[in-house]
Amino acid sequence: MTDELIAGTVTITGHGGDEIEAYLARPTDPAPRGGVVVIHHMPGYDAATKEMVRRFAAEGFAALCPNLYSREAPGADPDDASAAVRALGGVPDERLVGDVEGAATYLKALDNANGKIGVIGHCSGGRQAFLVGCSIQVDAAVDCYGAFVVNEPPAGMPSSMKPLLGLTPQLSCPLLGLFGGDDQYPGPDEVAVFAAELEKHGKEHEFHSYAGAGHAFFAVDRPSYRPEAAKEGWARILDFYSRTLG
Amino acid sequence: MCTYLTEKFAIAGSGKGPHGWFALSQATVYVDHPVHAPFGHTVNIDFLNPALGPSARVALELTEEDARALADAIHAALAAAPAGLASRNQ
Repeated sequence: MTDELIAGTVTITGHGGDEIEAYLARPTDPAPRGGVVVIHHMPGYDAATKEMVRRFAAEGFAALCPNLYSREAPGADPDDASAAVRALGGVPDERLVGDVEGAATYLKALDNANGKIGVIGHCSGGRQAFLVGCSIQVDAAVDCYGAFVVNEPPAGMPSSMKPLLGLTPQLSCPLLGLFGGDDQYPGPDEVAVFAAELEKHGKEHEFHSYAGAGHAFFAVDRPSYRPEAAKEGWARILDFYSRTLG
Repeated sequence: MCTYLTEKFAIAGSGKGPHGWFALSQATVYVDHPVHAPFGHTVNIDFLNPALGPSARVALELTEEDARALADAIHAALAAAPAGLASRNQ
């Protein structure tokens, strides 16, 4: 075993058979590996997200992040792409699921894939990770402070943004939820309702909320970064994936 | 939080981006995470021309106080000039 990894842009087949850009990072040794699909946040397919993809590779997983804005803004800077897609109303849920499914298919086809797939997302991606877990068969899902899973979004949100709690019976995998105790979106009440619904349907889950942390506590380049919560959160994620994707 | 809320309206004018001046056709205003400003949330204003591609964009990320000050300054500047001087029907 070595600590060598490779990372770079690949083309995958996403929703509707569309060819889209994705960022892949994987260890180079031939040992069997689980795959992680990283769902980027609303600000886009950015440097911080790619760094997370490489982190998963360094931790022993094949990781892949589809560029959800490939269609509207091929080759654009991540922030420009995000602004363009936002102005068009955002990414439809159905297309997101199709793109993640395409990423999972790509990971499963890697020569040393062990066939296990996890998904993870932060903020908007956290909501989408749960959506994916309820929409296709995966082996693990991580929701980092995804809002509007439980509560109705405020008036004026794109009509495609609907609460997802009703999908809970369809959840196909164990769910790890990591939340900020001071976050209001999702707030502690919303997280408690979410946990109760999972419990009610007998869905395996593990939720952790961090006191003194708000939204986006994992984001090292933002003032919301909380090192202690982020360090413990990363440890929870890696432990969860080692059990579910190993 | 990601607000997902976006105010969008058509505009006429020009903006200067990394590749020089270009015609603007659309503006969006939203309160959400900034890309660059050192705050959790900001008032984000994009001046766009989608027909020229996603990079035809002039972007601002302002604090709430400064966005309000900008709005007030725009109103003050317009009030100080003859009505219609900068109208699209001038």
